[in-house]
Amino acid sequence: MSDTSLPPTERAAGAKPSLSRRRFLNLAGMGAGAVAAGGGAALAAPAAGTPDPNIVPVPDWTKTLGAAVNENPYGKPSVFEKDVVRREVTWLTASSQSSVSFTPLYALDSVITPNGLCFVRHHGGQAEIEPDKYRLMIHGLVDKPLVFTLEDLKRMPGRVNRAYFLECAANSGMEWRGAQLNGCQFTHGMIHNLFYTGVPLKTLLDMAGVNPKGKWVLAEGADAAVMTRSIPLEKAMNDCLVAFGMNGEALRPEQGYPVRLVVPGWEGNMWVKWLRRLKVGDQPWQQREETSKYTDLLADGRSRRFTFVMDAKSVVTSPSPQAPLKHKGPNVLSGIAWSGRGTITRVDVSLDGGRNWTTARIDGPAMPMSMTRFYLDFDWAGQELMVQSRAMDDTGYVQPTKQELRAVRGTNSIYHNNGIQTWLVRSNGETENVEVG
Amino acid sequence: MWKSAERLLAATLLAGGLAAAGIAVADPQPAGKPAAKAEKTGSDKARQAVNMAAPLAAPGAAAKAIALGRPALPEEIAAWNIDVRADGEGLPPGKGSVKEGEELFLQNCAQCHGEFGEGAGRWPVLAGGRGTLKSERPEKTIGSFWPYASTVYDYVHRAMPFGSNLSLTPDQTYAIVAYLLNLNDLVAEDFVLSKDNFPKVDLPNEANFYDDDRETSEKAFWKKNPCMKDCSGEVHVTARAQILNVTPDGDPPKGNLE
Repeated sequence: MSDTSLPPTERAAGAKPSLSRRRFLNLAGMGAGAVAAGGGAALAAPAAGTPDPNIVPVPDWTKTLGAAVNENPYGKPSVFEKDVVRREVTWLTASSQSSVSFTPLYALDSVITPNGLCFVRHHGGQAEIEPDKYRLMIHGLVDKPLVFTLEDLKRMPGRVNRAYFLECAANSGMEWRGAQLNGCQFTHGMIHNLFYTGVPLKTLLDMAGVNPKGKWVLAEGADAAVMTRSIPLEKAMNDCLVAFGMNGEALRPEQGYPVRLVVPGWEGNMWVKWLRRLKVGDQPWQQREETSKYTDLLADGRSRRFTFVMDAKSVVTSPSPQAPLKHKGPNVLSGIAWSGRGTITRVDVSLDGGRNWTTARIDGPAMPMSMTRFYLDFDWAGQELMVQSRAMDDTGYVQPTKQELRAVRGTNSIYHNNGIQTWLVRSNGETENVEVG
Repeated sequence: MWKSAERLLAATLLAGGLAAAGIAVADPQPAGKPAAKAEKTGSDKARQAVNMAAPLAAPGAAAKAIALGRPALPEEIAAWNIDVRADGEGLPPGKGSVKEGEELFLQNCAQCHGEFGEGAGRWPVLAGGRGTLKSERPEKTIGSFWPYASTVYDYVHRAMPFGSNLSLTPDQTYAIVAYLLNLNDLVAEDFVLSKDNFPKVDLPNEANFYDDDRETSEKAFWKKNPCMKDCSGEVHVTARAQILNVTPDGDPPKGNLE
């Protein structure tokens, strides 16, 4: 997302944190009262020696018939999970058709993002493409320009399934100047991690026959942004996919139905949705999304371009501002780590703002360029915590602090902020986005 | 280039595919090919198996033609082939003046971008901002930041006006680009932009872009043994999001649309 305008820090003065805080907690599906109470007492519990009213009498759902098997032909989450939804930060952009919504990371676990909760980034709204009318064209420096239908792609030999994270280049971009948004959904939620089904881009390019002069591939979408990016041919021939499936079903319309590009480990902007055209050329096209946007302005006034890879990064999703601690005693700290350079090999967690670290437990698959889940089981006595996580990948890259990043880049680069996140957990369990030093 | 899908199919049949079915099948992938990266790193191979085990492209798929897809016709390529490169490749014939561009801009663009490209409300600023890139609040416009004028032509044609993109003719696009260049003090008021003089238009910030150098300039982020104990002195909170108060449902600050 390139349109992140950072609000002036001066706005801090005169803010009304208490009112906003209360509204925010309500938004996140948690009454302010429940959080303020802290501890296990917040949840309804019977007095000692008194039977639990959830056990005595036997609840109604145990005594009456429930819904029929096909009451919901396409199932939805429990009504009690209604707050686990994508959210938008309306001040980021002037139009909600060229904007972003955020994945509710604070409420999710494991490593696969549910299809309906995957963050959405459009530049010209969501195109509605009839599958029978979908066409993909390959041309340029090729022997045989080709046109494929969706059916062609689904009949293509060599279909694969791969799990990859897609992270927007601007994920955490609003945090370059300091702690700004209160919740990992907003600070880190421009990411999702899915199993893609599709065919290697190499298969299609080989069918067209790439000319030896071909060095770059232009990928273009069929939506009203007609969005384009230049991709090095080497990457295109290595691991890019032309995908028509996500998590076992067709792509969601907002994720590029019926076909999108998958560019493992690289910034989300390059994963062109509603993919309509691939053109082979001998140099990059210098399109708007690789010049004006998705270039990284550094402190000296110069800018990096073609910063494709998303570096190793992590965030603790619970506790976090939208998932405060509610209980003293045993607690499970949960978080995600990922790296566009390879596989996450280790995640360290600090509870004291980075002074001391403990290596967390990784559970579930740790695959290259895919989200990895980590846990730290800990006892909380109600003391204030400054929670951080630090990811390492198999290239030896260690996730830097925000200060270390700013020392190299300044604060105006918008994109590629993979700095270590700090959550301040107060003694009542309330948790806030902070910076420490 | 193939002349027809039939020719393609015939080639496949001759190549010895499944003639009876009229379908060519890729060679089976070699079984048990090791995941090179997983072995190199010594990580848990089983965990990585899903993303790494099989080579991505089926070997032999290219050697034997796959009877899927069909040749793209020249008219079809022409209809979708709209990109313009920094060296001018892709520019259509045509021309437009600053004066014509001003009128078109006022009719089609000024509502969002302001009469002089200064931006209306939260919509993007297109002109000005020269010399601000090192400042606290850089203003990244065509004149101050964009490296190539070709990008302006390409983007205006492909994606603007927002909500009615692909509606401008080549001459109209040339004219609007000419006006945008004039708003940025890069060409005179009597300038006429055309396919022929386009490559002569240089934008001031082109030299200030360089390719990703993180692996050298940020080499310090690759570490063997990051600190685990007593890594710093006492730690204090230095910034708080709650004080900034801009999370949804708070008072919205002013943002920028790209």
